[in-house]
Amino acid sequence: MTTADIAARHDAEAANAETVFYLKDEHDHPEGSSTALGFWIYLMSDCLIFAMLFAIYGVLGANYAAGPSPKDLFELPLVALNTTMLLLSSITYGFAMLTMEKGRVAATQIWLAVTGLFGLAFLSIELYEFHHLIEIGATPQRSAFLSAFFTLVGTHGLHVTFGTIWLVTLMVQVAKHGLIAANRRRLMCLSMFWHFLDVVWIGVFTFVYLTGMLR
Amino acid sequence: MSRFRIIAVLPLLALLGGCNFVVLAPAGDVAAQQRDLVVISTILMLLIIIPVMALTVFFAWRYRHSNKEARYEPDWDHSTGLELVIWSAPLLIIICLGALTWMGTHLLDPYRQLGRIAAGRPVPQTAKPLEVNVVALDWKWLFIYPEYGVATVNELAAPVDRPISFRITSSSVMNSFYVPALAGQIYAMAGMQTRLHGVINRPGRYQGFSANYSGAGFSGMRFAFHGLTDADFDGWIAQAKAADGALDRATYLQLERPSENDPVRRYANVDPKLFNAILNMCVEPGKMCMNEMAAVDAKGGLGLAGIANTLPLSYEKYARRGAVFGAEPSYVLSVCTIEEAAAMQARAPAPMTPVPPKGTSTSTSTAIRGAGLPLPDLSLRRLDSLLLSGPGRPSNS
Amino acid sequence: MIFGRLTLESFPLHEPILLVTFAAVVLGGIGVVGALTYFRLWGYLWREWFTSVDHKKIGIMYMVLGLVMLLRGFADAIMMRLQQAMAFNGSEGYLTAHHYDQVFTAHGVIMIFFVAMPMVTGLMNFVVPLQIGARDVSFPFLNNFSFWMTTAGAVLVMMSLFVGEFARTGWLAYPPLSGIGYSPDVGVDYYIWALQVAGIGTLLSGINLVCTIVKMRAPGMTMMKMPVFTWTSLCTNVLIVAAFPVLTAVLALLSLDRYVGTNFFTNDFGGSPMMYVNLIWIWGHPEVYILILPAFGIFSEVTSTFSGKRLFGYTSMVYATVVITILSYLVWLHHFFTMGSGASVNSFFGITTMIISIPTGAKIFNWLFTMYRGRIRFELPMMWTLAFMLTFTVGGMTGVLLAVPPADFVLHNSLFLVAHFHNVIIGGVLFGLFAGIVYWWPKAFGFKLDPFWGKLSFWFWVVGFWFAFMPLYILGLMGVTRRMRVFDDPSLQIWFVIAGFGAVLILLGIVSFLVQIGVSILRRDKLRETTGDPWDGRTLEWATASPPPVYNFAFTPVIHDNDAWADMKRRGYQRPLDGYRPIHMPSNTPTGIILAGLSMAVAFGLIWYMWWLAALGFVALLVVTIAHTFNYHRDFHIPVEEVVRTEAERTRLLAGAGA
Repeated sequence: MTTADIAARHDAEAANAETVFYLKDEHDHPEGSSTALGFWIYLMSDCLIFAMLFAIYGVLGANYAAGPSPKDLFELPLVALNTTMLLLSSITYGFAMLTMEKGRVAATQIWLAVTGLFGLAFLSIELYEFHHLIEIGATPQRSAFLSAFFTLVGTHGLHVTFGTIWLVTLMVQVAKHGLIAANRRRLMCLSMFWHFLDVVWIGVFTFVYLTGMLR
Repeated sequence: MSRFRIIAVLPLLALLGGCNFVVLAPAGDVAAQQRDLVVISTILMLLIIIPVMALTVFFAWRYRHSNKEARYEPDWDHSTGLELVIWSAPLLIIICLGALTWMGTHLLDPYRQLGRIAAGRPVPQTAKPLEVNVVALDWKWLFIYPEYGVATVNELAAPVDRPISFRITSSSVMNSFYVPALAGQIYAMAGMQTRLHGVINRPGRYQGFSANYSGAGFSGMRFAFHGLTDADFDGWIAQAKAADGALDRATYLQLERPSENDPVRRYANVDPKLFNAILNMCVEPGKMCMNEMAAVDAKGGLGLAGIANTLPLSYEKYARRGAVFGAEPSYVLSVCTIEEAAAMQARAPAPMTPVPPKGTSTSTSTAIRGAGLPLPDLSLRRLDSLLLSGPGRPSNS
Repeated sequence: MIFGRLTLESFPLHEPILLVTFAAVVLGGIGVVGALTYFRLWGYLWREWFTSVDHKKIGIMYMVLGLVMLLRGFADAIMMRLQQAMAFNGSEGYLTAHHYDQVFTAHGVIMIFFVAMPMVTGLMNFVVPLQIGARDVSFPFLNNFSFWMTTAGAVLVMMSLFVGEFARTGWLAYPPLSGIGYSPDVGVDYYIWALQVAGIGTLLSGINLVCTIVKMRAPGMTMMKMPVFTWTSLCTNVLIVAAFPVLTAVLALLSLDRYVGTNFFTNDFGGSPMMYVNLIWIWGHPEVYILILPAFGIFSEVTSTFSGKRLFGYTSMVYATVVITILSYLVWLHHFFTMGSGASVNSFFGITTMIISIPTGAKIFNWLFTMYRGRIRFELPMMWTLAFMLTFTVGGMTGVLLAVPPADFVLHNSLFLVAHFHNVIIGGVLFGLFAGIVYWWPKAFGFKLDPFWGKLSFWFWVVGFWFAFMPLYILGLMGVTRRMRVFDDPSLQIWFVIAGFGAVLILLGIVSFLVQIGVSILRRDKLRETTGDPWDGRTLEWATASPPPVYNFAFTPVIHDNDAWADMKRRGYQRPLDGYRPIHMPSNTPTGIILAGLSMAVAFGLIWYMWWLAALGFVALLVVTIAHTFNYHRDFHIPVEEVVRTEAERTRLLAGAGA
């Protein structure tokens, strides 16, 4: 662009006299307008942690250190039950969000409670599985495969644990303040978190358990 | 600032003359080729760096605020031609450098057998490379000469113009094996083997050391590398042969313990299977070797029976091991004999749910992989096949 | 049980150097605390700073943290230079291996995590909202929390000086050396937890700034009208979000190895130490660009402002930044060509590394042609920029050289490498930070920095840098490796002495910089600037007062050009003098500092095996976090009278400046 061009451009703009340089009539930015984006970015960073754990499982998953392999340890029926619990909890969370949209506090609370119970069931089954593995000596220390397995599945379990604590907190807050905008936003965030964990679990189920049995 | 620099540079130039720029003037052909690459790349880049620096100084001076004669165009901010130039100039350099890198990296791959011993001198047909096995210990170097059956600590020698083929490993932490005069460095890592090929073209005494920090005694991890004539090399081997003492497993386990600034040591005899045992981390009697473990793992592990196949560590280089919440420090037992395997079976925990007897599957020692097949069981026969097929497994006796 | 493995032995009472340092720190600490108490500043600090969610104050606190830690990190550097200059001819120097190995580890960790990172984050925090015409960041509380987490990490590192010891593993703590077998003491645990705590802060701050830049830009500011510093900040924060989780995960696995006895990075039971090296560099290489990109942004702003000219090639500058951001993920393996990967893998990563130099070279040319046909004012920020252009190109060249794998085989881990990365980090990041500090200081405090001491500091730094690191390049070509404590070749000594001399010059540079700040504060009335636009700036932050009011802009600006403020000035923008409204702002909160304190307690408990403390701290963390979410009133309105008063004061100042 030559200088003449630029000058011409400025002349044109000057002709367009009423250039606005500031907003006279500004409304308050609604609080939490970036929350959904921010939480989404957080989820992606969390997703990266899981990606790392998956990658590590991929690298170390066959290093049994002359110990047991997935086939010796995993019980697919149990895992299938576990998966069902988590998938159902995702569906019930979806119902909670639907009732929230309609502003029905009691129904929302009931669905949230059901979600929490499914979450707890999932955690209990996982703890049972871990307990059994450790009891027979297949501890995280026995081989790199078991280290990677316990860490990947355990990290997911920890997330579900914190999700459950968060869920209870939100139920108390909804009980106190009803479905106000702030609470709806929080429920939305937990919803993303919960479904995210569901998606991760699908990965765990496929990549760790199913392919483990096929290996 | 320029005045500063000139004053600073004068004594430096005098200093430079007296220095040993081993990287720029190495005595080995591989290092010399690497040096060439350093120099060529630098020159290539100077093609663009020097004009940029000169232009920076020139523009800064020419367009200084007090110089009202220079043109001033506050709104000039784009020129397609110029943009093309400033993107394509570095691009061209990088294309050249990239091509150079691709070729150089493949040509000077440390794993690659040498094709020549110096410029214009191909490796003679008859020449067999000198094999040297290198072990990085805490904090000293062990060199094993399988061809001659001798070993040395902290001293390395090779005949001039004979290709050398190193196999490098470590007993504990990571080190980097580096003789700047001979060839570039490569990491030494426990349980893993790296390779390096090189040749020394001038007799002399050169420095070798670890180039990767490895703990308290790191600074003292130096050794002398002697480039010797054939006759001198034979004499050097003879000197080692004349030393008393043999390097067997017990001696090695003693040697392996951490020590700093070790003197040169020589061993007239070396257990020929020792290096393999070091590499596979099974010098201690009864410990399962890495390659054996890998073979077992490739066939699906040792099943539930394998869980208890560990023993607490009775020996360790370091006083303390084991995490605060972990179990006792332990190692995986080797399974060499039928009796050991039977003992292992007996220690096995019960499976999660009752498993139907698998008498049918025990006979198929090969078909342990694949879907739809019955779960493999650890049978003595399967173990046998593993033991017999285990590649290069060193014995523990 | 109560003290875990903390015993009287853990205090380094037998180390005279540490005892003296400790005494000095205690005396200094008592002095500072006494002065704060005497002048009754605690309440002020607590209300106005510690609990503040104002991005400007948080930015300034980050800078203070970075400066304090710079002194510690530099003390380590001087100690290393002294040791290496002494330890010849059979001398062991004055540091034991136990101490020296901690010193070089701490130097690296502190300089990267607690000097460069806080300073870069601090500048971004201060400048970005102003540049995009926002009133604060997206999540003001999170911003405060992030800062205190970073500080908690820094405090843990400092604590290791007097309680226990720091890691003796090098700044990236490669296993198996950093495993429990070879490093059973608390050093590596301090390392892990300091980085984890600070890393959470960095990650949250990254998310925060990405959101801020994406969501809070003033009307009219499209992506391609953002100032270049904002662009580089956006890319840096995207890198933070995409890289720091990797660090978190890999350190978590290392701590599992150390605490639970898992086998991720062990030699036996199927673990793979080399995986750690890969993973840590997948974080580590983007980290380098996290530091340098904002510096590139600063140089762009400075060059354009002090050349009195639009930035040449804005679009290609932006694309270069984005390309560097993406490529920074494809080069990590060049940190360990010598691990024995195949030739094709090595050359792939070598060539991707070289490709990064293309956009970087384009950037250098862009600055060059911004100067071309400009009117360059050689104020301090511009001097730093020129020093950068001359220094950084050398560092870039040696960097590309090291990217050629066979060349790397002979130069890897040598002092040549050390010289290279100091060349780009000092010559790039640090010079950029200094340029940025001098450039934005008047904006932050309403007075300029004293130029005399600034120039003194500049010359000491630049000359000192060349003296300190050129010898290291030379030593590297002589095959001298890094992290050595003693040497046996006496001919090398002179080079270490020269390098030591350079370090002393840099020390003078740091002292001059501190004097510069002190002198400027004392003479602030003379250096006062009242226009808000001391440099004839071009971007939006110069449109408001210096220091800016809490709310930054009384009216949200509307943008028509990427040099928004220059455009406004040219077209005769008139500052509005009435029609103010109350302004909606976030409230201060002490939760951030409390949470960070609790995290520190948890970390301390875990480091020293005081399980009760860790458990208690963790429960408290949960309780405080949950309690915080029960507070729904986190904002207030600045009454219109206060806005009117503040703006009237500015009108008065502007009139005074014009007269």
